[in-house]
Amino acid sequence: MFAPAYLDHNATTPLDAGVLEAMLPFLRERYGNPSSRHEYGRAARAAIDTARSQVAAAVGAHPTEVVFASGGSEANNLFIKGAAACLKPGTIAVSAIEHPCVREPANDLKRLGWSVHEIAVDAEGRVAETDFSAALAQTPALVSVMLANNETGVLQDVAALAAKARTAKAWFHTDAVQALGKVAIDFRALNAAGVNALTLSAHKIYGPKGAAALVLDKRIELKPLISGGGQERNLRSGTENVAAIVGFGAACELAVARLEADAARLNTLREKLEEGVAAMGAKVFSRNAPRLPNTSFFALGGIDGETLVAQLDRAGFAVASGSACSSVSPEPSHTLLAMGVAPDMAKGALRVSLGRANTDEDVARFLQTLGETVNKLKGLAAVAA
Amino acid sequence: MLTFPIYLDYSATTPVDPRVAERMIPWLVEKFGNPASRSHAYGWEAEKAVEEARENVAALVGADPKEIVWTSGATESNNLAIKGAAFFYQGKGKHLVTVKTEHKAVLDTMRELERHGFEVTYLDPQENGLVGLEQFKAALRPDTLLASVMFVNNEIGVIQPIEQMGEICRAKGVIFHVDAAQATGKVGIDLSKLKVDLMSFSAHKTYGPKGIGALYVRRKPRIRLEAQMHGGGHERGLRSGTLATHQIVGMGEAFRFAREEMAAENERIRMLRDRLWKGLSGIEQVFLNGDIDARVPHNLNVSFAFVEGESLMMAIKDVAVSSGSACTSASLEPSYVLRALGRQDELAHSSIRFTIGRFTTVEEIDYTIQLLHRQIGKLREMSPLWEMYKEGIDLNTVQWAAH
Repeated sequence: MFAPAYLDHNATTPLDAGVLEAMLPFLRERYGNPSSRHEYGRAARAAIDTARSQVAAAVGAHPTEVVFASGGSEANNLFIKGAAACLKPGTIAVSAIEHPCVREPANDLKRLGWSVHEIAVDAEGRVAETDFSAALAQTPALVSVMLANNETGVLQDVAALAAKARTAKAWFHTDAVQALGKVAIDFRALNAAGVNALTLSAHKIYGPKGAAALVLDKRIELKPLISGGGQERNLRSGTENVAAIVGFGAACELAVARLEADAARLNTLREKLEEGVAAMGAKVFSRNAPRLPNTSFFALGGIDGETLVAQLDRAGFAVASGSACSSVSPEPSHTLLAMGVAPDMAKGALRVSLGRANTDEDVARFLQTLGETVNKLKGLAAVAA
Repeated sequence: MLTFPIYLDYSATTPVDPRVAERMIPWLVEKFGNPASRSHAYGWEAEKAVEEARENVAALVGADPKEIVWTSGATESNNLAIKGAAFFYQGKGKHLVTVKTEHKAVLDTMRELERHGFEVTYLDPQENGLVGLEQFKAALRPDTLLASVMFVNNEIGVIQPIEQMGEICRAKGVIFHVDAAQATGKVGIDLSKLKVDLMSFSAHKTYGPKGIGALYVRRKPRIRLEAQMHGGGHERGLRSGTLATHQIVGMGEAFRFAREEMAAENERIRMLRDRLWKGLSGIEQVFLNGDIDARVPHNLNVSFAFVEGESLMMAIKDVAVSSGSACTSASLEPSYVLRALGRQDELAHSSIRFTIGRFTTVEEIDYTIQLLHRQIGKLREMSPLWEMYKEGIDLNTVQWAAH
């Protein structure tokens, strides 16, 4: 069977076989509702407790700090809207390169009288210190800066940013969905520095879609987005997605165990990839900034990214021209535009995000196909001209 | 061969039908793409599966697939429907109508809206659990924005007159939301005929997986909602977040089986329920809660007088049942649903909800009947109240000494 080489792990990851094994009993004989008091219910409740400990352990948090949600988008919405609902309207500062599920709820707060400060980033995609200080000068009540960007993979020094935000008495949240499993995360240390909450998601770490968590400092008061039966300490009502939560727990445990080896191997593969694309004349974005080990975002001048990904798909390589969630719109990456990349250049961007199953051979074949495709497209462009 | 405990709590959650589980697994393993990925085949095949499931969900309830919005479950659907419509249309009025026996997901959402300046009327059901149509009609005011009534009650299984209520709402220009989490696969639903504007669904009450639900949002006449979760703009902007393909496929398959099999299945389940009630009604001082006719065949909610609720639950541990809805079973409060029906605390306290389903057998029902006969007898032997009752003392006239 023909299966394209999957090089789009920042969009979603294949489920790990061991994680599936952990989940299956909860799609079969262990079907109880965790709120039921009988044996079926208690077994489901115990499984959720175990998963909560696994998720907490993966980021050095306490299990009682973990609030399960249906996905990273929900967890980000829960923090931003939930915190805002407990505060008087003020300013929320979010970086210019946040995922839409942080930017959009922040923008939605405008209707309630909030103002939004978009924190600028530099040419490498790192939060610009001067603009961060300018944001803090407005004494924002809430600040959200992502730990790792989904497109460039750029890491922010959230501990340092949060420490500054704390002096301005802001609550600080970080979307760590892309960071989990790729770089070490220590919520205790981050929390000590001033990070009050972080968002994690299962399906980016070889777990199932449908489970995520908001790790939350208990001093922070939130209003739930979803009211009802009072699950998750009343912060998130609704019958728990037991199988997915169990899978999330198992995936977290595995991610921590494999982190060092995976990161080193993927970093080497990524270096090889980037040497290859640079040789083709590609501009590699954020190459000089600290980045996730698996992510490469680059553009070949004069070639349209959409056309390129379509060609590569036909040739058997699944890549992306940007984040999956905004792939509905043909707009150039907002991350690149925020970095000051020209729109024409940004339109040519290609994101390769490597994962556990990728090999040296995948990268070598990809480079060869990319070279051929680029030459072909350049040839067509020359004919058209 | 009986397996213990015997599961008679299908209204709390159902097992995933094995046929459904098998069809979910490929979407967890090799077909793992993000349905929002537009740049490769992994994404396209996932998106196609999502749309096929949407058709299956729509087909069970007579809707257009475009009217189905995926959510994480019925609780989220109820929140999205009620808050989404209330905030979008609040300029038209700020009065809402619901019923005291609704699920917490509706009642708590209503309470939340009260804190935002909305006024809510909570209707009392009649003693049989049904809402009177005249009473319902009278509650709708010129400034009533939305009414929310559940199709089938989760505790007592009664079926509200949704068709007539829909006509009343439409005539008065009131948006009508129906929580149908307990109704799918149990009663026929045809949204092409019902005057319902918003309807909530859950997969895990109908042999699908937990963590997935849907909201029906009518297109003609069009109902608009304020999104409760913002982000990538999934589900036409109504509900952002990566779609969980395997769960959506599971819900689609579960609803397809429900459509194909519900007629025959409901007959079998009704036979089992009637057998259970026939067996239990042989015990003295047993009361059925809720109307027996306007009721899904799966549900039997019974109060046993002169028995203490907690002791009863302990005494029948061989069967997995509930004394209320799963969502409120952590508390020892008597069921608010039964109290709304006018049941005294004692009877509300000693109620058991038996809910029967696809995998329940005659042997399980017969075992349950015998167990209840035996254990109720034992508990009553130890009860001074039962002794007094048997001696003909009217307990309501007894003056209890304080201690």
